[in-house]
Amino acid sequence: MSQAERISEIVACHRGREGALLPMLHELQAAFGCVPVEAHKPICAALGITAAELQGVIAFYEDFRAAPQGRHVIRVCRAEACQAMGAEAMIARLERALGVRLGETVGAVTLEAVYCLGLCACGPAAQVDDRLIARATPERLAEEVRA
Amino acid sequence: MKIYVPGDAAARALGADAVAAAVASQAGLRGLDIEIVRNGSRGMIWLEPLVEVETEAGRIGFGPLEPADVPALFDAPETHPKALGLVEEIPFFKAQTRLTFARVGRIDPLSLADYEAEGGLAGLRRALEMSAEARLDEVLASGLRGRGGAGFPAGIKWKTVAGAKAAQKVVVCNADEGDSGTFADRMLMEGDPFALIEGMAIAGLSVGATQGFVYIRSEYPNAIAVMRAACDAARGAGLLGPALLGNGPAFDIEIRVGAGAYVCGEETSLLNSLEGKRGTVRAKPPLPALHGFMGRPTVVNNVLTLATVPWIFAHGAEAYAAFGVGRSRGTMPFQLAGNIRHGGLFETAFGTTLGDLVEGIGGGTASGRPVKAVQIGGPLGAYFTPADFDMKLGYEECAERDGIVGHAGLVVFDDTADMGALARFAMEFCAHESCGMCTPCRIGSTRGVEVIDAMRAGDPEAETLLRDLCEVMTHGSLCALGGFAPYPVLSALNAFPAEFRPPRKEVAE
Ligand SMILES: Cc1cc2nc3c(=O)[nH]c(=O)nc-3n(C[C@H](O)[C@H](O)[C@H](O)COP(=O)(O)O)c2cc1C
Ligand code: SF4
Ligand code: FES
Repeated sequence: MSQAERISEIVACHRGREGALLPMLHELQAAFGCVPVEAHKPICAALGITAAELQGVIAFYEDFRAAPQGRHVIRVCRAEACQAMGAEAMIARLERALGVRLGETVGAVTLEAVYCLGLCACGPAAQVDDRLIARATPERLAEEVRA
Repeated sequence: MKIYVPGDAAARALGADAVAAAVASQAGLRGLDIEIVRNGSRGMIWLEPLVEVETEAGRIGFGPLEPADVPALFDAPETHPKALGLVEEIPFFKAQTRLTFARVGRIDPLSLADYEAEGGLAGLRRALEMSAEARLDEVLASGLRGRGGAGFPAGIKWKTVAGAKAAQKVVVCNADEGDSGTFADRMLMEGDPFALIEGMAIAGLSVGATQGFVYIRSEYPNAIAVMRAACDAARGAGLLGPALLGNGPAFDIEIRVGAGAYVCGEETSLLNSLEGKRGTVRAKPPLPALHGFMGRPTVVNNVLTLATVPWIFAHGAEAYAAFGVGRSRGTMPFQLAGNIRHGGLFETAFGTTLGDLVEGIGGGTASGRPVKAVQIGGPLGAYFTPADFDMKLGYEECAERDGIVGHAGLVVFDDTADMGALARFAMEFCAHESCGMCTPCRIGSTRGVEVIDAMRAGDPEAETLLRDLCEVMTHGSLCALGGFAPYPVLSALNAFPAEFRPPRKEVAE
């Protein structure tokens, strides 16, 4: 299926729902790793919103992005309960070990901050792709992306 | 033989999937016919993965288990080095009053049969037989207050929605749980999803709503998957759908997923997000109760508020209200987080003291160092010190000491914490998450970061500036993001002023 076909399929599947935009954007991102610009026109047409409105929504939410991330995504929790378990120092060591800074993608690896994963009694918490990791160490996280 | 290996996200993050695989393969090798149940977590997170083996005497626990510990589970369970005895006799578990979490960890989360066998659906059945008036009175009489943070009486909110005239009304469950140090909503959804579904059904029935949503943060993929499966199962069994339990009014639930915005936990921002808009905060009035999702009268309640409703209907409002202290009735699932030895979820009646939970139940810090501060109620909650360990945990009791209960997360810090840095983080977080609707929050929080930096660089005027700024944010913000961010900042400043000054220079020798 071409990209355009897949886009119109996803848009058509959600357009009838109330408040369809977020479910639509989530599914587009699951399919393409981002919300491709090619999807903007079909979304606006289906929902009767302007390009500016759509842009405003995409920009508002941390989750939505215009370009895909690295093949591996490491998300490290920076919120208070994880800070209490040394998250800041852990993250600093991880940045050095990987040669990637928070918010950057280098090669296949994206490193980003997250504010709470609901693992606050076993921090520092992290997520590598779809795997949650408690009591994270830089060594363990680096190993996960090499695996 | 039944073996329980939690499927809860925290247990999985600690390796429960590998343990479950080891249990299956060891049983296979020995030709044993076992059933592995992926239950919710018992909430004793330091013991996860906590495996339970069903025996005639009861369920015996083993933990924290690694795959290498599994063979001995079959060879010599009595002498297993990680044997914990009967799980429900472990002091941390036994000391609780589990009403909202009564079934979590005990049942297969997706088995409606288990759910009913452990008292599920009794509340909805009773509610279906009651008059509309009696249902609302039941919630009011229970004293149940919103568990999402604001502590507003659930019964009053429901009465307002019930009294509104509209062709369609809505029940929205707020499962955005963005506060650091909280995970009770997640554990409930993963461990007993039908309790939330039943609570929402009772809410729908009570206010005359037919449409339901659960808005779950995207950081909770495990909870999203369980809730989706549970809604499908409930629909398949005729619990939800055109007629509640086959003979009630229509009510159905849809799962919606957030997109990484903390402010979307604020109810009006959440409604905008559900409608497919930017998650900016709406001015009140109009109240969501009268003008909520798509302009329809809408109940917005937290996961725990709704999941407690079935217990109240099954056991009666009086039984619930018998627990608690002052105007905080019933129980609260407190979450012990951060640097704490026995971290996890502890449900108990309001009125327990902070010290009991942190030092007694929680066993002090994980690092073994002295407790320096405890932040209660998430990133907008105040920092307390051991001097407040006598404080009873209740809405008014915490407010008297300039703090909040919030969603009842307790984040413990040891004496290595830098309180100036934590105050700065509170402002930074507020700036990062501000929805931008009002200036005190949008601009003030960024100024707050700068002013704290100036203080720490030695600017003598900065403290007055910071206090003025907090005053403006407290009184001039539209919602509690900007309005409460001063709580952690000022509480840290008042208790630890030295940590807002430049580090003292070493005296030259
Ligand atoms: C910035 C902000 C974030 C909030 N986040 C949540 C949240 O994640 N979950 C929640 O239930 N309530 C949250 N609230 C409170 C809601 O606005 C609202 O009071 C609550 O959902 C009502 O339900 P309850 O009465 O059952 O607590 C938040 C409020 C603010 C100001
Ligand atoms: S206080 Fe902050 S988050 Fe709340 S409405 Fe104002 S700008 Fe938005
Ligand atoms: S604060 Fe890090 S997982 Fe909750």
